[in-house]
Amino acid sequence: MTHFFLSNLTRRTFMTGLASGAAMLGLSGLAQALTPATAKALVNQVVDDINTTISSGRSESVMLQEFERIFERYADVQTIALSALGPDRRRASQAQLRQYVDAFSYYLSRKYGRRFREFIGGRIEVQEARAVRSFYEVQTTAILRGQAPFSVVFLVSDRSGRDLFFNIFIEGVNMLASERTEIGAMLDRRRGNIDALIQDLRRT
Amino acid sequence: MNFVSFKVIRSGIACILAATIAGCSVPDQPTEIHDPYENTNRRIHDFNRNLDRAVVRPLSQGYGEGVPSRAQQGISNFAANAALPGQFVNAVLQGDVEGAGKNGFRFLVNTLVGFAGILDPATEFGIPEESADFGETLAVWGLPEGAYVELPVLGSSTERDAVGTVVDLFTNPLSYALEAPANALPPAANLASAFGTRYQFSDTIDSILYDSADSYAQARLAYLQARRFEVGGENPSEGLVDPYEDPYDTLLLE
Repeated sequence: MTHFFLSNLTRRTFMTGLASGAAMLGLSGLAQALTPATAKALVNQVVDDINTTISSGRSESVMLQEFERIFERYADVQTIALSALGPDRRRASQAQLRQYVDAFSYYLSRKYGRRFREFIGGRIEVQEARAVRSFYEVQTTAILRGQAPFSVVFLVSDRSGRDLFFNIFIEGVNMLASERTEIGAMLDRRRGNIDALIQDLRRT
Repeated sequence: MNFVSFKVIRSGIACILAATIAGCSVPDQPTEIHDPYENTNRRIHDFNRNLDRAVVRPLSQGYGEGVPSRAQQGISNFAANAALPGQFVNAVLQGDVEGAGKNGFRFLVNTLVGFAGILDPATEFGIPEESADFGETLAVWGLPEGAYVELPVLGSSTERDAVGTVVDLFTNPLSYALEAPANALPPAANLASAFGTRYQFSDTIDSILYDSADSYAQARLAYLQARRFEVGGENPSEGLVDPYEDPYDTLLLE
């Protein structure tokens, strides 16, 4: 049984194994850390941070950095990264996976941090949360100038050890699915070379 | 290759046999991507992308930066208002009484109080736009989505939505009511409004078209997801793969 260690990025030990995985599954049923209220609280925090940044009146480049930090703080980037890589994970070494998650984190927070810019001049209102299988879905509405209000949904889980969001749907468009397509295409372009993919992610 | 052309022929025959207005090829799962014409679609995508780079994007930049934003808002309000009678008709065809009422009310208020729709007081009264089109009407009537298609100039669509787009050229009563010089206004405003939209969502559109590794696949995914959400209104996270229950997790351990 090997332990799979990825503490570098998230400053926590990510330990799995058939036994520990099963134990975690059992424990998560007992621990009851995440409730609709705490899931909603997390999204409220994210939205507050976004709204505070938007209304801070700082320069756009400062705002971009803040948006990137919001992503790093509240998203389960490791799960998003590994899920985006898909089955190719199986042929990557642990060192490669560590580097990949690190490079992906940089790529993702830059890419989506930039997207929060679209919310400048608007606001996001948190609606309700509900349980979907092992995670929570938190509905929000984005109200932007000159546009009809639209739906933004955050999916929140505590399976990483902390309450973090692992997916966003903007009017039905799913971030995780887009990233799976994107990473798949980037890997194809490099003929499946994971090290080249890592370099490309760092260059974004 | 042979398989693809076989599927195209088969779906073509199915179309003729069905002799209906849409619903030519059917994906097994509504969450799947059904793209039997991918080779053709990709060629059209390249054409559309070049068209965007050379013409649409520069023009939209000029429009977005050159025209005062209040004028842009007025133009897109006017275009949206002129489209409302068509959306009213589609809401009626869908049996959507509430949607028809809202669209009818919006049209009356914005036309009479909002200077022919240049202003949008209805939204301020709490009646925002409720879009409806014939592609959606076909979906409500139970026609399947069909294959994904990318149309020249118009971009991402499905077989069902492509039929809807054609039919919607005729569903707006306003286009029959207006006479010669005035009837050119809504299409002109529509075109300008499209440039405004291209400018407004420039970051997102550019990131799909020019920053992604496979812009065709990204555009296809985004369109299908957004459109299914709009038409079906169902919850997108229901059919989702839970990344915490990913089968590959256990495989990593050995």
